[in-house]
Amino acid sequence: MPKLAGAQILWECLVREGVEVVFGYPGGAILPSYDAMLQYPIHHVLVRHEQGASHMADGYARASGRVGVCVSTSGPGATNMLTGLATALMDSIPVVAITGQVGTKVIGSDAFQETDVTGVSLPVTKHNYLVTDVHELPHIIREAFHIARSGRPGPVLIDIPKDVQLATMEFEYPTAPLHLPNERLLQRYAPMEYFERAAQLIAQAERPLILAGHGITLSGAEQEVLEFAEKHNIPVTLTLLGIGSFPAEHPLCLGMMGMHGGVCANEAIQNADLLLAMGMRFDDRVTGNLKTYSPYSKKIHFEIDPSEINKNVKVDVPLLGDLKASLQKLAPLVAPKRHDAWLAHLKNELEQNPMRDVLDWESADGLMSEHVVHDIWTATQGEAIVVTDVGQHQMWEAQYYLHNKPRTLITSGGLGTMGFALPAAIGAKLACPDKEVWVIAGDGGFQMTLYEMATIVQEKLKINIAILNNGYLGMVRQWQEFFYDARYAATPILSPEFTKLAEAYGIPGYLVEQRADVMSVLEEVRSSSGPALIEFRVKMEDAVYPMVPAGANLQDMIKREKAAQPL
Amino acid sequence: MKHTLVALVQDKPGVLNRVASLFRRRAFNIESLAVGHTDQAHISRMTIVIDSDNTNAHLVEANLAKLVNVLDVQDVTNMDTIFRDLALVKVRADAAARAEIAQLADIFRAKIVDVASDSVIVEVTGDEDKIEGLVELLRPKGILEMVRTGRIAMVRGNQSADRKNGNGKYNGNGHVTHDVGVSSV
Repeated sequence: MPKLAGAQILWECLVREGVEVVFGYPGGAILPSYDAMLQYPIHHVLVRHEQGASHMADGYARASGRVGVCVSTSGPGATNMLTGLATALMDSIPVVAITGQVGTKVIGSDAFQETDVTGVSLPVTKHNYLVTDVHELPHIIREAFHIARSGRPGPVLIDIPKDVQLATMEFEYPTAPLHLPNERLLQRYAPMEYFERAAQLIAQAERPLILAGHGITLSGAEQEVLEFAEKHNIPVTLTLLGIGSFPAEHPLCLGMMGMHGGVCANEAIQNADLLLAMGMRFDDRVTGNLKTYSPYSKKIHFEIDPSEINKNVKVDVPLLGDLKASLQKLAPLVAPKRHDAWLAHLKNELEQNPMRDVLDWESADGLMSEHVVHDIWTATQGEAIVVTDVGQHQMWEAQYYLHNKPRTLITSGGLGTMGFALPAAIGAKLACPDKEVWVIAGDGGFQMTLYEMATIVQEKLKINIAILNNGYLGMVRQWQEFFYDARYAATPILSPEFTKLAEAYGIPGYLVEQRADVMSVLEEVRSSSGPALIEFRVKMEDAVYPMVPAGANLQDMIKREKAAQPL
Repeated sequence: MKHTLVALVQDKPGVLNRVASLFRRRAFNIESLAVGHTDQAHISRMTIVIDSDNTNAHLVEANLAKLVNVLDVQDVTNMDTIFRDLALVKVRADAAARAEIAQLADIFRAKIVDVASDSVIVEVTGDEDKIEGLVELLRPKGILEMVRTGRIAMVRGNQSADRKNGNGKYNGNGHVTHDVGVSSV
């Protein structure tokens, strides 16, 4: 058996886990591992800030379904990654973070660049490890990847002190079956009688509705959900992270639900007599007031995480387990059924209240963000991977870009992390080099992580960046307009000339101020071989409609006044 | 209403921190937490009491199950269970008062485990009601100091919170259904 150092063992194990790309930033406490990395077939992407490393690993995982890996040094390197880990935890994304740590002898002595990384990362990881003995390292790395991708996925952090990276052992990759201490507790599945109850409810329902969440894609159950919906003629509404798990242009699709969901989708939830919640967790942004949420419905909850059952909404039948397996079990128990009256009613509602409500507006008083998103959708034939930041543009993307395929919208849902888009897009592009990747960001969020443009150039990535610049932190401004008498405290934001900034990084910059120019610039950018940045100067005070104010009843939506349309 | 959960966890550094951090993060209110060794090396047993009026016992159980270092967790509230708490109570007692305190202790089957010139330490075990009964009677004498272990629990007879299989391992055939919140339909 060869005698290897911990630093080598790290890469030996990563390569065996199928890792090809890592995102990171070197520093003192991780130097032995960086030195050893040169011997292994690993592509290292040098980020400009460690937050970017964790978002890139996240974007890589979301686009590919594989585990994303990020690496940093101890102390500030590790703390900079925390935002990305919290983002990944909230959205159930498999990420493994490797951090260097000061030597075991000086842990606890406030050594240079020492932070209690397992302590500070505990609430933002699914699990974490401090490796105190090199002999534990192979097993821990293997277990970390298993934890990251199994069950409800999430980020796992491994903190490796410098002396453990330098210590040697006779390396043999562990091959024994892997068992987690809590594995038996998480292998609880709904018994057959629950499926029978669910089938009975579905057979009785007159107004059923599927709530499609991120769990569909995590489970790889898109086909099962599609077949189930079609066989039983059940309409489908999507959570933000559920977008792509069911084709947006399918006749049964009602679009997104929740705070900025469609009128038809939200009213369908409130009037349904049966909800089939599939891999979604009844987040406050989709339920509104829990006391008045979907009052007439029985609820079946397909869920892999037992702690999500009855957390926010009390359900009638919890179907605990992997969604794909659960649907395969349930499908034979239910006879096909039509719901013609319900579907006709919803079709009419959807026609009366289209999700894309300003599609036909003439934008006389400035370029509208909604139109820019729509035109990007048209130009890319709906086939691009779109990575958004957080705010108004994110909601307009969800409303105006129709995603028919999974893993094509990459967005921070649960944590709502501004600054996510640019680094996550780098991860997505490295995961899917043959796909067209677009960043859609606001002027606020883009400025949080714009330095990663240098990473795009260094890595020679073809990523297209669209900034919707309205001169405000738009979503916060909208809340101030609606709920704080339009007192715009700290929301007007100055930006640099993004086109010049892009050019300084070596990325061609384009400025678009009129609708008439949008398509030609999009086509020029798409046909070029390198990255590009387009700044769209859009209407300053547009708002996202409809809107359910936080905590309000789901049916009480603020709708766009039709009269607001400029004549 | 009070719920009692019994958890078996790996006896490793940081595990108690993970459990405590979970309770803090999820805003679970716990009344008491008692931790100690089991009959097996490297496995600790926690008894956790929560007031289920303000904390959903099922969510506590399900969240504990998600911690990698947790081997088993079970709500034993509705099982036939022995609950015990242990208290040490240091009571002001000069020579004249000792006899009465000894008498009280006797009634509660408690023991006097230390005698000093002006105080005694009473050791009492039992369920919470019994301990509180004695404490209330001792209070007028002047309680100088008190410590309690918090509730520990063990299910009677063949029912067990310690669900190891015949080999004494925790990866045996535990229950496979999760019967939470299923209303009749």
